[in-house]
Amino acid sequence: MCLAVPGKIIAVKERQIATVDVNGNQTEISIRLTPEAKQGEYVLIHAGFAIEIVDEDAARETMRYLLEIMQYEDEKQ
Amino acid sequence: MKYKLSLLQAIQDETRNISLMEVCGTHTMAIARSGIRELLPSNIKLLSGPGCPVCVTSQGDIDGVLELVRKQDIILITFGDMMRVPGTGSSLEEERSRGADIRIGYSPRDALRAAQENPGKEVVFLGIGFETTTPAIGAAIEEAREDGIPNFSVFSLHKIVPPALEALFADAEIKIDGLICPGHVGAVIGLGPFEKLASQYGKPCVITGFETLDILEGIFMLLQQIQKAEARGENQYKRIVRDQGNPVAMGLINQVFETVPARWRGLGVIPASGLKLRPEYARFDARRKFDIPEMEEIPIKGCACGAVLTGKIIPTECALFGRSCTPLQPVGPCMVSHEGSCAAYYRYMPLERKK
Ligand code: SF4
Repeated sequence: MCLAVPGKIIAVKERQIATVDVNGNQTEISIRLTPEAKQGEYVLIHAGFAIEIVDEDAARETMRYLLEIMQYEDEKQ
Repeated sequence: MKYKLSLLQAIQDETRNISLMEVCGTHTMAIARSGIRELLPSNIKLLSGPGCPVCVTSQGDIDGVLELVRKQDIILITFGDMMRVPGTGSSLEEERSRGADIRIGYSPRDALRAAQENPGKEVVFLGIGFETTTPAIGAAIEEAREDGIPNFSVFSLHKIVPPALEALFADAEIKIDGLICPGHVGAVIGLGPFEKLASQYGKPCVITGFETLDILEGIFMLLQQIQKAEARGENQYKRIVRDQGNPVAMGLINQVFETVPARWRGLGVIPASGLKLRPEYARFDARRKFDIPEMEEIPIKGCACGAVLTGKIIPTECALFGRSCTPLQPVGPCMVSHEGSCAAYYRYMPLERKK
């Protein structure tokens, strides 16, 4: 439940809302908890909010790991 | 690969009896999935603690939520994990099939939106989770205050992790030599609380990531401290967790919530471990708004979740495990929640052992 997914900020809009790309899918999140996050940066997203700014390598690595788990879970089903 | 093997080698060289505990549902799953447990020598035990927010929620609190959806004509928005958690005689899923308007959401912002789209109706978000999740809920409450959204409220079952860890360390029946500390909770609260715990109770605490290599490294760091008779807070997961955590997120928790005693399944009532909305935010507190009383604690018959959550037994030692309790027919929350210890053990157990 405390799982967080990495995403790249594509655009920062009004009221600390940002469009992010999470593994090719675009969604809207709030960057209220990471107010200094900028376009082009990577963030960890949890429950619709960015909770931490992370560097690109850490973001990619985390995404790779999450995809691996999901694939494994699918095979288990 | 080489590094992984050398870590594993160093861990396997340990000859003393050592129990390490992990306190995060994501670790529970990651460890079960990685097969690390099977690779460790039999003298090193990896226990699962109270790391799944759904699992540690007390029976009385679950019944309180059920009371709310039964009595009030509201829209309840909840994380999916809560739907099937058994309360006394019912669950949210059952209440929904009886007509209650219960919706699954991924973010408290879904509830804010629902409140704006349904101005004639009360929308309640079921707030559950540890420090990773609570800032998001706090931020949504603050947003509702700024925008003056009158029909939004939160039923807070939020808890904070460090007091539960203290309770574990203080329990003489539970033998823990070191803690594998939760990575994403750490991202918010930082290293400080773990440093404090380590020095206060003389047990090493290492914030650890979720990949197999991270977990091996975390275990290795704990063993090194134990060997040197040290007890420090350390951060293995530096690529994500800053030592200072996220001060903005912590600030929001403190702005919106205050600590209260809370009952944890398996651990009982722990002082200052629960989070209630501060009086300034009282109008967003669903418990106050709808006057939901504290409910009596009615345990689930035969379920040993309390002992599982404190590492006193492992899931397979519960008499119901895999027999009358399976993920398809779960008896307790540790089997319902995807990241509960019983569910993780069951899911990754070799097929031939499933009955
Ligand atoms: S196996 Fe089922 S009944 Fe036993 S402790 Fe786990 S959830 Fe409870």
